[in-house]
Amino acid sequence: MTIDSAAMRSNIVGLALIAPLVIFLAFTFLVPLGRMLVLSVSDTELAAIMPRSVIALASWDGETLPDEEAFAAVAADLAAAREDRTAGTAARRLGYASAEWRTVLSSTARSLPDDASSITNWQDTLVSIEPAWGQAKIWHALAEARGPFTDIHVLTALGMDGGPDSGLYVNVLVRTFVIAISATAICLLLAMPAAYLLSSVSGPLAGLLMLTLLLPLWTSVLVRSTSWLVILQKNGILNQILMALRITNAPLDLIYNRTGVLIALTHVLLPYAVLPLYAAMKSLPKSQMQASRSLGGGPLSGFFRVYLPQVLPGLSAGGLMVFILALGYYITPLLLGGQGDQMLPFYIAYNTLQALNWGLAASLAGGLLIVTVILYLLYVRLVGVERVRV
Amino acid sequence: MTREQTPIVRFRGVTKTYNNFTAVQSLDLDIARGEFLTLLGPSGSGKTTTLMLLTGFETASSGTIEIDGKRIESLPAHKREIGVVFQNYALFPHMSAAENIAYPLRVRGMGRAEVEAEVARVLATVDLADKGHRRPGQLSGGQQQRVALARAMVFKPRLIVLDEPLGALDKNLREQMQEELRALHRQIGITMVFVTHDQSEALTLSDRIAVFNKGRIEQLDTPEGLYRDPCTTFVAGFIGENNLVPGRIEAVGSVSASIRLDNGRLVEADAPNRPLIGERAFLALRPERIAFAEVGDASAIPAKVKQCTYLGDCYRLDVEAEGIGLLKLKLSGTIPTPPVPGNMVQVKFSDRECRILADR
Repeated sequence: MTIDSAAMRSNIVGLALIAPLVIFLAFTFLVPLGRMLVLSVSDTELAAIMPRSVIALASWDGETLPDEEAFAAVAADLAAAREDRTAGTAARRLGYASAEWRTVLSSTARSLPDDASSITNWQDTLVSIEPAWGQAKIWHALAEARGPFTDIHVLTALGMDGGPDSGLYVNVLVRTFVIAISATAICLLLAMPAAYLLSSVSGPLAGLLMLTLLLPLWTSVLVRSTSWLVILQKNGILNQILMALRITNAPLDLIYNRTGVLIALTHVLLPYAVLPLYAAMKSLPKSQMQASRSLGGGPLSGFFRVYLPQVLPGLSAGGLMVFILALGYYITPLLLGGQGDQMLPFYIAYNTLQALNWGLAASLAGGLLIVTVILYLLYVRLVGVERVRV
Repeated sequence: MTREQTPIVRFRGVTKTYNNFTAVQSLDLDIARGEFLTLLGPSGSGKTTTLMLLTGFETASSGTIEIDGKRIESLPAHKREIGVVFQNYALFPHMSAAENIAYPLRVRGMGRAEVEAEVARVLATVDLADKGHRRPGQLSGGQQQRVALARAMVFKPRLIVLDEPLGALDKNLREQMQEELRALHRQIGITMVFVTHDQSEALTLSDRIAVFNKGRIEQLDTPEGLYRDPCTTFVAGFIGENNLVPGRIEAVGSVSASIRLDNGRLVEADAPNRPLIGERAFLALRPERIAFAEVGDASAIPAKVKQCTYLGDCYRLDVEAEGIGLLKLKLSGTIPTPPVPGNMVQVKFSDRECRILADR
């Protein structure tokens, strides 16, 4: 066997060893991610339930009312949908454009006569059930919802759908970033002295301190957030202590507002800031600061010119980790925040589980993903990827 | 007494203890202005701790340290004006060589143009004028060493201390750097305090050497003085090589003593650390001071060659001398008949070449 073929063989063996991981990642990460991005623009619900209407409307000029054939197709589709119990789904889809179409569609489906054989003029029948059928607007909505792709969810997520509360999700996105940035800043400020302490002690004390840092990581986020509920509520432990010490007279509002969210979020994410910083500080030789001192550098010069630049990679890595994790936090704001403190993940969950508008949920998630990737790239550009070490 | 003659650094009764361990014990040490002083000793002997006390990275448990006649124990490290070259150089990896050298000037608030001029001047002194823009990681070990030196002297410190700065270099580079260090010392005339565990390096570089052992200075002398006249068995064994032949003290004079070796021979020689009559002590005997004897020499000792190594300029021999034990010998490389292991030879030494040292 030649050396080349031996090298090739060992390459193949190496690839075979990492193949399970690659396949696993592809199926658990890349495929769902792509599926989600497709979902945010795909629009096949209505076409599946109302196929006749979609075909009939294909030849519609869009200016006058559609012909009798289209009215008959809608009636036939809705009658069939009523039988299959899918009329609600079609109504919900049409409701994305405007909430009133949802009512129109479901009430029409409900009110259609059971025996359709006697009816000759479907236009009059539908208009008598819901006068909205006599105007072009609902037909436009139907035509736009025929699929297979739509921009309605993306426009809603971007606040460009023109509806009454169209800026909602842009505001939520801004709020999400404000909360994540605040939590990151607080975490880094608290992590600096903590990591320094950890890196400078040795022996059993170091082990104990490390344990107190890691212990919260091994506890469920739900449990930790709930504990903050107990501590921070109006008659909670903290308020009782503050009042007993006469620091305040009335209980402070520490919960169901931004304060509560930030306290709990900081607590949950602090270890992720401390650990990379700790690694960076631990690997910085003691002689670096001694050198600064021997050269006449006072504590401030030493810190800003020698220490900080060298632990910056750890600081960056910790900050990035906290920031990206904070963007995705859902349970903590839900438990400890008020109406105005819910972050984007809350609305993604709401649209997925409650509103069942998966397209919008996917658009929101995609938006969050894209903004995060842009921020990450910007950050790499500014700090340099080789400086992000853990 | 003029200012030039007062010591620049004065340790008086300085002790440093960590928990139960005494690193430095009641140390008295004067460092002369402009000298090259080496603190020499094995690891854990207290030499580095002494350095740390001088630079201010450690605080003495008791005693006083003066620089230029002023006590400095409570002066923080960054106000002591002592240049330090660290064991691993401790260059700042995120700054270029020039920025490293500029650092002590910048923190002193020196103007930009002035800093640049000084940095350029010092870079030229250490022969790195064209390497100023490089990061430490892009410089060779010897170049890093020179940057560290430049950085330690650019702010015109009162003295420069060097903590085993040549340890990481290979042999050739180390010898070259020793040369450069000596030349630099002559050139700028600044006081240098050098810490090493390498006795040959200490002999090469120093005006004076302080030999440390177990937290104390065993002997402080010039390289010649230490080699020729070691005052303790530790120094005799640490500086160069020595055979320590055991015996019992029979007589004690004002500077000399007589020792009865185990083969019955009585040797009279200088005894610097005052052995007592009847005490077990050692005769210190340099390997190069032992020679082969002519046939019929009455003072010769029969010995059996155990091992013989040819080193070009000399032969190194281990012989088993009758009634004395193992002796190391160093013979000229030009002797006509090289010794063969297993053969019997006659060895001799003269009393004048020996020293009697009590084991304390």
